[in-house]
Amino acid sequence: MDLIDQLKTGNKRAAAKLITMVENKLPGYEEVLKEVHKLSGGAYVVGITGPPGSGKSTLTDKLVKNLRKSGKNIAIIAVDPTSPFTGGSILGDRIRMNDLNLDPGVFIRSMGSRGHLGGLSEATRAAVKILDVMGSEVIFVETVGVGQSEVEIVRNADTTLMVLVPGLGDDIQAIKAGIMEIGDIFVINKADIDGSNRTKREVEMNLDLSHHERRPRVVMAVAIDNKGIDEVVEAIHEHRDFLVSSGKYHQNRAVTAKDEILEIIQVQTLKNVLDNPRVREQLEELTQQVASRTMDPYTAGKHIMDNIQS
Amino acid sequence: MDRPIRVLVAKPGLDGHDRGAKVIARALRDAGMEVIYTGLRQTPEQIVNAAIQEDVDVIAASILSGAHATLLPRISALLKKEDAEDILFVAGGVIPEDDIPELIEKGIKAVFTPGTPTTVTVKFIEDNVRK
Amino acid sequence: MFDKDKLPQLKSSLEKYDELIKKMTDKRPERKDVFKSGSGEPVKNVYTPLDIENFDYTQSLGMPGSYPYTRGVQPNMYRGKLWTMRMYAGFATAEESNKRYKYLVEQGSSGLSVAFDLPTQIGYDSDHALAEGEVGKVGVAIDSLKDMEVLFDGIPLDKVSTSMTINAPASVLLAMYIAVGEKQGVSADQLRGTIQNDILKEYIARGTYIFPTEPSMRLITDIFEYCAKEVPQWNTISISGYHIREAGSTAAQEVGFTLADGIAYVEAALKAGLKVDDFAPRLSFFFNSHNDLLEEVAKFRAARRLWARIMKERFGAENPKSMMLKFHTQTGGSTLTAQQADNNIIRVTIQTLAAVLGGTQSLHTNSRDEALALPSEDSVMIALRTQQIVGHESGVTNSVDPLAGSYVIEALTDKIEEEAMGYIHKIDEIGGAPKAIDNGYIQQEIMDAAYQYQKDIESNDRIVVGVNQYQIKEGSPKGLLRVDLSVGEQQKKQLVDLKASRDNEAVEKTLVALRTACQGTDNLMPYIIDAVKVYATLGEITQVMRDIFGEYQQNVMI
Repeated sequence: MDLIDQLKTGNKRAAAKLITMVENKLPGYEEVLKEVHKLSGGAYVVGITGPPGSGKSTLTDKLVKNLRKSGKNIAIIAVDPTSPFTGGSILGDRIRMNDLNLDPGVFIRSMGSRGHLGGLSEATRAAVKILDVMGSEVIFVETVGVGQSEVEIVRNADTTLMVLVPGLGDDIQAIKAGIMEIGDIFVINKADIDGSNRTKREVEMNLDLSHHERRPRVVMAVAIDNKGIDEVVEAIHEHRDFLVSSGKYHQNRAVTAKDEILEIIQVQTLKNVLDNPRVREQLEELTQQVASRTMDPYTAGKHIMDNIQS
Repeated sequence: MDRPIRVLVAKPGLDGHDRGAKVIARALRDAGMEVIYTGLRQTPEQIVNAAIQEDVDVIAASILSGAHATLLPRISALLKKEDAEDILFVAGGVIPEDDIPELIEKGIKAVFTPGTPTTVTVKFIEDNVRK
Repeated sequence: MFDKDKLPQLKSSLEKYDELIKKMTDKRPERKDVFKSGSGEPVKNVYTPLDIENFDYTQSLGMPGSYPYTRGVQPNMYRGKLWTMRMYAGFATAEESNKRYKYLVEQGSSGLSVAFDLPTQIGYDSDHALAEGEVGKVGVAIDSLKDMEVLFDGIPLDKVSTSMTINAPASVLLAMYIAVGEKQGVSADQLRGTIQNDILKEYIARGTYIFPTEPSMRLITDIFEYCAKEVPQWNTISISGYHIREAGSTAAQEVGFTLADGIAYVEAALKAGLKVDDFAPRLSFFFNSHNDLLEEVAKFRAARRLWARIMKERFGAENPKSMMLKFHTQTGGSTLTAQQADNNIIRVTIQTLAAVLGGTQSLHTNSRDEALALPSEDSVMIALRTQQIVGHESGVTNSVDPLAGSYVIEALTDKIEEEAMGYIHKIDEIGGAPKAIDNGYIQQEIMDAAYQYQKDIESNDRIVVGVNQYQIKEGSPKGLLRVDLSVGEQQKKQLVDLKASRDNEAVEKTLVALRTACQGTDNLMPYIIDAVKVYATLGEITQVMRDIFGEYQQNVMI
């Protein structure tokens, strides 16, 4: 456990090693998670999501610089998609945050989405806790807003920023369809491009239609020129104050806790199926039958569940 | 568990020729590795700092400016200072043959000169990273 | 041009030929399934009039020296005078480089070409933390006018033309050159030369940028405006495809992306209120020359024709000089091999031929040892002699554009022009080159081509002699040029001395004036000239601009 002791003193190398450990589920990772869970909970978690090319990393960079003025320790977890074909990935968010590199109050970690079985949110959640224990007071989790697992990650944040850019066209339909609900603040980035007012109107219109306990603020920004950053920071503070004063802060964290338990059950159940040679054999057999239409997947699933429980 | 090798592809010094760095980054990705690219003009301090936070298995530095004799040993020294010598440190670029022994002596594990197939670099990394 | 009645007859002969080839290859396959050009484009086995059916001599070529300048920008080309043999050189200190320049002039080099070290190119003085290990490495270190005075000591600036490979801080180095001229008693209107001054390709491929796009474009148009009035013989920009090609682009991309950059500069200048025919005659270009001789010759011809059309049709230029694409060429650095380095002499010879057959105005030939280090004096001599042999012994200079009319050359010229035009259209759709760089389109296209090239070599689809075939065991090369690390120390010491001996109050005053000008809209050149004359350093001047303009952030595409 000496890595955890080092972590408690703010040791970055220990944090980095522990993140590797939980991300890869190396031996002993569960013990680590149990320990850090108890010690964590103090950090405020901000999720940043949005379509590719919307300038999330640049926005994160500027937000962090802004918050650093108040001396807060900050960590960033940047998630990039993994190639489903080779398992490799280029994690490129760090380039846009190079100025933060030598700031002792900032820690940046890149993660590949890796297509784990429901494990991505588990891994980022674990990383958040580790960085929390290391002493980070605000933790940004940045991820491309496509795909269920990415959305899952930001859902666990205290405040979620949805970053949009003008000229999305059809994309806004996709956003309307599902992700509109998860944004606590909407940032229209690159607001110097033509059409940014129209994008803002469209977002406002969609907000009229969607359900929100507190109507999210829509902020215009040009992150690259450091414009609108103060407003975004202000909006984050406002949202946090709302959460605290309304009691939502603790309510949300309870929801997260339940998600976490359910996810562990889900992952564990799946693991039980896949790790049990007897069940795995049965799975292969039933797969053939389902594929050749001699059995339906529901019956196959029930057979397997019965087999596990027996 | 079989985990991907993590590599920091770094551009120390001021030269802007990043074709080699990007080609190798892509080749490593296609070999199933997780590649973090630093971008241009990185100081040894920035490179080692990133390597530690990202907990990479490998640092692959590309340098064409002729400043390798100054900058690469400094990265080695910083890794030593941070007790991070377990990170495999390799370099590539326009580096004269005669300079290589000294670099190896100072902790650079391999130097890949122009014309080295990416497959050679990939294999070296796969063979030398402790899994 | 062709007798249309005879084309059907030709078509049937070609069909018979194809049948014959098929029969032959069924029995014994050819060396490859697909033959590809240096850029990876498929190449046919034979070209006939059918490949250039719509060829119209007057429209497509015209006479040398007239629109659309496909055959060259001068009527008699190399019969009048050979191209400028301009060897890019510079290393270590100003004293050392000055010696090399004098040597090159003695050997018959007709123009100087200054290579600056990386700290200078990025606007850092030699004592900056990031300059550590880089001072004097890839070029000469210039911290202040003092260094520039030494660099050109004994070289009369009214007699030579000087090309300076400098981009982000181009205005500062040009200001120093003007100041040196003044000290020699040479007025600015007598100065001849070129500054590279092409920031867009720095963002795309070369990497020595400082400021963001907008202020960078302002600095460039300020130079256009200033030189049009004060330094009329100066080429204010060298719009460069060279580095785009080095980064791995194809030949057509080299033309397309470079001319798209050119369009962006013209538009910026027009937006700044300049008239097209006032600045366009001073625009010049810089291309690469690779090993695929025919493709390269076609590329140069296509670039010339396309630019002439763009200037005339898109920008309404009226002065013929505005439509002429004049260019410098450098042989392809990335084609050189570290293995069996002497073979590079042959590569450079082919590339020299390509540039000359393509009608270049000036040429730098790389030295055989440049894949290993900066060139030694002996290697530079061979590289220069290569140009002289092509110029005086090969005979290709006797007749203008001698390959014109060749089916393959004209077909390739058409094809490259068409592809390049396609890239320009795409970039127009995105909103111009600066936007296409910001969103990474151009970098991504280049990167894809570069990766494909690498894969072709590794799969032996492409043979590089000495690298993936015909390898030998060799000892480590001897006689490489080494730059002493003490150069950095020497420069630092000189900076200390300079700051102790100059009029620091005057420096401060000019820097304050420059700061104010940066915040406003005045042309910055006069302010920069004032500052360099009182020995403000390059680093001090660019720091003022960094404070006001900020720094560029690269969009990396892998």
